[in-house]
Amino acid sequence: MSTVQEIEIKDSAARTAETVDTLDTVGEKLILNLGPSHPSTHGVLRIVLELDGEIITKADPDVGYLHRGDEKIAENMTWTQFIPYTDRLDYLAPLANNVAYACAVEKLMGYDLPPRAKAIRVICAELARISAHLLGVGCYAMDCGAMTVFLYTFTEREKVYNLIESLTGARFTTSYTRIGGLARDLPEGWVDNLKLFLKQLPEKIGEVDKLLTRSPIFVGRTRDIGVITREDAINFGLTGPNLRGSGVSYDLRKNKPYLGYEQYDFDVPVGSVGDCYDRYLVRMEELYQSIRIMEQAIKSLPDGPIFVNDPKNILPKKSDVLTSMEELIQQFMIVTQGIDTPKGEVYFGAENPKGELGFYINSRGGGVPHRLKIRAPSFVNLSILPHLLPGHSVSDTVAILGSLDFVMGECDR
Amino acid sequence: MADLTSINNSFQARFSGKVKVQPLFREETTWLVEGSELLPVLTALKEEGFDLLIDLSTVDNFGDEPRFEIVYELYSTALNQNLRVKAVISEDVNSVPTVSSLWRTANWHEREAYDMMGIRFEGHPDLRRILMWEGYPYHPLKKDFPLEGKVTDMPDIAFSKPAPLEGGPFVTAPADRSGDREPKARPSAAV
Repeated sequence: MSTVQEIEIKDSAARTAETVDTLDTVGEKLILNLGPSHPSTHGVLRIVLELDGEIITKADPDVGYLHRGDEKIAENMTWTQFIPYTDRLDYLAPLANNVAYACAVEKLMGYDLPPRAKAIRVICAELARISAHLLGVGCYAMDCGAMTVFLYTFTEREKVYNLIESLTGARFTTSYTRIGGLARDLPEGWVDNLKLFLKQLPEKIGEVDKLLTRSPIFVGRTRDIGVITREDAINFGLTGPNLRGSGVSYDLRKNKPYLGYEQYDFDVPVGSVGDCYDRYLVRMEELYQSIRIMEQAIKSLPDGPIFVNDPKNILPKKSDVLTSMEELIQQFMIVTQGIDTPKGEVYFGAENPKGELGFYINSRGGGVPHRLKIRAPSFVNLSILPHLLPGHSVSDTVAILGSLDFVMGECDR
Repeated sequence: MADLTSINNSFQARFSGKVKVQPLFREETTWLVEGSELLPVLTALKEEGFDLLIDLSTVDNFGDEPRFEIVYELYSTALNQNLRVKAVISEDVNSVPTVSSLWRTANWHEREAYDMMGIRFEGHPDLRRILMWEGYPYHPLKKDFPLEGKVTDMPDIAFSKPAPLEGGPFVTAPADRSGDREPKARPSAAV
């Protein structure tokens, strides 16, 4: 007579769960080396992760792979000679760096720019913000698995770079500002091209918005991931969209207006949760706000000079240099000795796409800086990683890194 | 809400003579604090609402005594007010207390200051190099470190040539006499 026996065979998921349990009790940790050459690290960031299964228990970012010693270099050249080096800080928004650096030295000099130069600089800074945020959003979508958005945003970014090329002569290494003014005035017809670009841009951003903002996959990968509380954001010195995503309304264009930002009407978007999704939403809204600022700047673009009136420190016109002895001497003195700065120290911070790009300048007078400290927003924003990453899974790392939107050229200086 | 003047008054009373207000330059307030009172002053400032440490930088006044300056750039989100706090450090002491327990952002700033200038931060949880690699022997932002770098143990693999800008010809140096300011080739700084 046959007997029926019940044999308990667990399904595969239950077996896996048991194995994980045993591993957990053993407490075996895995060290994973992410980067320095990894698509999600946006450059050369290396993070040493300590993993318990899929969960990060410890993260140790390793920066400095792109260190070029910009601060040391600055101490060995004149103020004007350092402008091209600022292109290479945040190389996704070189125009904004040029503006920030020139404003810092002008603060030391005590210059007040003529209105036209201010307006053009505002246009430059906002154009740089649009290009940087377009890249930030596009690459972030790609990090989260949405390839198409990248193509949409890069098409628009190409148009920005065409505009920048016709304005400055270079697409990336712009070096457009001078201490006390700008390299050249707006070319003929440039404002009309900018108007055309601004007119069609909201529609294109709207397409990105439709693709991403309510996409279940994108929302699933970003919502409630990488939550930075308000207190943590301030304590870790975060600035820019990362700070505003955590609900702190700190925008230097509003809090400490420079370049006449107080005369433009724009809003500062802030997040409510502080997760990756909020940081993405803040960037998207800042794109629209930048368009608003630029439209106002074009509308009220004043006429007049683009240099301050300080013949001793501003290069004379080329035609005068070639025909007049005085101007020739003046040009030689300014180029060789550098501009004559007063003794003193200033700090100037500008609202750059990545956050507050600050320059602390310590001058002993004369044509070279005694000390030029660059407060790089990406460097400070990354310092939260050891606090932020533990508790997340490895796949979330990519989403969190992308949402912080850093540039290693600026972080490592 | 207290403003900067009342904060200044209360601090003058509390740290009598240890906090000196520098003359206003470009509308920026700078306090020069004695090294021994640095941590108490910064702790009290944090309590007064300076919750954002924007920047921490160091200055090397090579040839002067005390040699180093440390500069804290503070910001209060409640007052919308910047404040710079400075202290001087002599080369013999070469260390200041860490503020990474007050502002956690100071952790990386102090690591950078240590890496670049060699200033030590007492009580720092993890004082390692950050921009240069572990085991690098120098602190390259010191004024007596030459721009072209130093001779290495591996001249065939890691080498450096004089930097094109070192000492001129078209570089001025700050000086009182215009004759000393003139652009000319100069011997590179002492190695």
